[in-house]
Amino acid sequence: MSLAAPPREAAAPPPPPARPSALRRLGGFLLRQWRRLTAMRTAIVLLFLLALAAVPGSLLPQRSLSQANVSQYFTDHPTLAPVLDRLYLFDVFGSPWFAAVYLLLFVSLVGCVLPRALEHARALRTPPPPAPRRLSRLPDAAELPTPLPAADALDVVEEELRVRRYRVVRRERGGQAELSAEKGLLKEAGNLLFHLALLALLVALAGGKLWGYEGSILVTEGGRFCNSFQQYDTYSSGALVEGSDLTPVCVGLEDFRAEYEEDLTAASFTADITYGPPGQEGRPTTIGVNDPLRVDGDRVYVTGHGFAPRFTVTLPDGSTFDDVSAPFLPTEQSTMASEGALKLPDLGAGAEDQLALQGFFAPTGVVRDGILTSIDPQPLAPQVAIVAYRGYLGLDSGLPQSVYSLDTAQIERGRLTEVGSANLAVGESMTLPDGTTVTFTGVREFAALQFSHDPGQVWVLVAAIAVLVGLLGMLLLRRERAFARAIAAPADGGSVLGVGVLTRGSGDGAPRFAALTDDLRAALAARAADRAPSDGAAPEPEASPRDR
Amino acid sequence: MTADQLAALSDTLFSSSVGLYSLAVVAFCAQLAFGRRPVRARELVGSGAPVEPGAPVEPGATAASGHPVDPPAVRRWGRVAMLLTALGAVAHTGVLVARGLATDRLPWGNMYEFATAVVLVAVVAFLVLALRSPGLRHLGLFVLAPVVVSLVAIGLFLYVEDGPLVAALRSSWLAVHVTTAILGFGVFFVSGIASILYLVRSRYEARGGDPAGLVARVPDAATLDRVAHRTVVFGFPIWTFAVIAGAIWAESAWGRPWGWDPKETWAFIAWVVYAAYLHARTTAGWRGRPAAWVNVVGLAVMVFNLLYVNMVSTGLHSYGGVN
Ligand code: HEM
Repeated sequence: MSLAAPPREAAAPPPPPARPSALRRLGGFLLRQWRRLTAMRTAIVLLFLLALAAVPGSLLPQRSLSQANVSQYFTDHPTLAPVLDRLYLFDVFGSPWFAAVYLLLFVSLVGCVLPRALEHARALRTPPPPAPRRLSRLPDAAELPTPLPAADALDVVEEELRVRRYRVVRRERGGQAELSAEKGLLKEAGNLLFHLALLALLVALAGGKLWGYEGSILVTEGGRFCNSFQQYDTYSSGALVEGSDLTPVCVGLEDFRAEYEEDLTAASFTADITYGPPGQEGRPTTIGVNDPLRVDGDRVYVTGHGFAPRFTVTLPDGSTFDDVSAPFLPTEQSTMASEGALKLPDLGAGAEDQLALQGFFAPTGVVRDGILTSIDPQPLAPQVAIVAYRGYLGLDSGLPQSVYSLDTAQIERGRLTEVGSANLAVGESMTLPDGTTVTFTGVREFAALQFSHDPGQVWVLVAAIAVLVGLLGMLLLRRERAFARAIAAPADGGSVLGVGVLTRGSGDGAPRFAALTDDLRAALAARAADRAPSDGAAPEPEASPRDR
Repeated sequence: MTADQLAALSDTLFSSSVGLYSLAVVAFCAQLAFGRRPVRARELVGSGAPVEPGAPVEPGATAASGHPVDPPAVRRWGRVAMLLTALGAVAHTGVLVARGLATDRLPWGNMYEFATAVVLVAVVAFLVLALRSPGLRHLGLFVLAPVVVSLVAIGLFLYVEDGPLVAALRSSWLAVHVTTAILGFGVFFVSGIASILYLVRSRYEARGGDPAGLVARVPDAATLDRVAHRTVVFGFPIWTFAVIAGAIWAESAWGRPWGWDPKETWAFIAWVVYAAYLHARTTAGWRGRPAAWVNVVGLAVMVFNLLYVNMVSTGLHSYGGVN
């Protein structure tokens, strides 16, 4: 049987006589609100609110997951989106109302669970309460007649209960011997551990957010980056992180390998990296998907990969840009068909114009009807389909632009004009009208690396384990009180033993109670046989039920 | 056997298990149908008494469960139904074993395999419950009918050929995470059915419905409530562990333990709803029907998470493999 929270409303102070002072009225009001907040039914409502509040976070695009999807939503729903945005519906999990729900829940939790914990601590030190007057009222109760006198019968019960790890107290009341026993106080401790560990989990997560940061960057084979916000393509950091707090390390990508099964399912991605303080060689190590580098609270993950086609550009005046490349972002993971742009803003002294190549890359290309497609994610026959532009790229216009594509505004305005296009395999070139040649010389792989620092992570794990341990204790343990009273039966010198058990927690107590009474009967019988004047026969040693 | 033969065997076993479960549904129907006969017979006699235990049978048959003792025909059909269910479960296990051997990996790498495994856990959970308390065999029809429907839907809409796992899914934490998620889901499935029946049965008991009706053969409301609660108590720590294991794995695969990806969000929602159910079960004013509704909402969230989040929304968990 489970018990509800104590009836708190009933304990509210009676309305004070006459006109109470404003202060007292306020105090009474606050007390009432506090009791309402810490009632179990409020907890249920708050749990529901929490579940409900999380729903829009999964149905609407979230900034924390994909800024691009949010922008897309703004384009698709130009009138609705700003309204939703004002309600924080694109940042649900960082919104004030989501925080309000879980903070209320945790306040309620503390207000509910701490008093119980104190009560529990007191219960640990006080002996089990006296037996109820009528044992037969208990959910599980039985009467066992025995030829033993009352005190001996209770001895048997006490022994049997102690073996079952009950704390036992004997009392004498109204001339009757009785016994109270209790076990399973750990269940309550489990409840406390679970609820407080939830709180600890929240604190650890929040701490990790405040003092943590992460940055992402694409690194081509042979390239390297150092841990500073200026270097990252994108980064986010907690409110309490200063740029100077960042661990001074640099990471270099030596080699990246993607392996595939026969059916082109990606089998593994591994990156050979070096890791060490700036200005030093760095320690070589290998990381991969599911296998990050973990050093002192810092982590380096591989979160993606792709290809960077390499070009050699020779200008009409003979000057060459050797081996220039830019990462092309995969648009289709299964074939690694990718798109990207290579920008050459500075073509040398005196050159007004800028040059750019934008296009499509196929690691294993096939041209059908003049259209290049990719049929395999491995670079077996790399090809590019590129369009060359000349003019003004708008890089210094002050507006941020993606490094992976050209600014379409410049093209629309006619400041950037198409000057040629071609499908190229490795080694092939195209010549632009002004005599510039562009040669596709090969590819390098790049890896998307993420550097994270989350000082809360270990504590999150510890709290999560505590949640689980507390939960198991709370759900699997049973709290039981057992009572017994032996009433002498004057007729035969024996007694009638009343036994009752009260269970709190899950499960059906009846089978366990049946087992207890069976054992008691056997023990009583064995004790009675011992005491009976023996006819000279040796007492049977195996009669003790304890050996079972 | 070659991988192709094993994969074909797996598909054959899938059909066999659907067939066996369907026969079990028929047998469970027969069990319920015959169960009503003695009641009707007594009504003809005109006793008008409430449903009483049927004809006296050998003692000990259902002594501990407190459920009305069934007449022999009923028990015979019940035994046949249980046997068919058990055979179906063996074939059903074979589906996954053959898949696993064919692909040389744990056989829950895509939605088809995941959902098939969840249904197997539900069947096994029912078998365990029904073997421990024979009175619960009367739940058979109500568990097995959704099982058959689910399997047919899985076969029609989720089926994918056997194949290897993508790199991101090759992690031992993933094995732990998915295995426990399947266990939790399967147990919640049975729990949800118990709560749905509880809702039906408790209304019937409150209104004193037709004693010859189908609902009269369903275990009483208190038993159903207990089954629903016990299964959630069993499933909730497993689900909690599955979510934690998922977070541990996400840390190494995606660079953060928790990112509110849609799948994670719905796993969290389900967890909160089941926590609410456990609270509701011990809170005055929420016990009984309101708590049962919470459990039903929990199951709805689990199913939504499986279907909607895998198939409609885009997230990192897009291993569904259904196009
Ligand atoms: C983060 C939110 C919470 C979660 C996930 C949670 C979860 C749980 C779970 C799973 C149980 C086990 C129920 C059982 O023994 O069957 C439980 C018990 C309990 N919870 Fe919470 N809880 C939360 C918040 C609260 C709050 C806010 C309160 C107080 C208002 C509270 C008070 C209790 C009490 C008193 C019990 C013991 C019930 C009993 O033993 O009868 N919990 N909780």
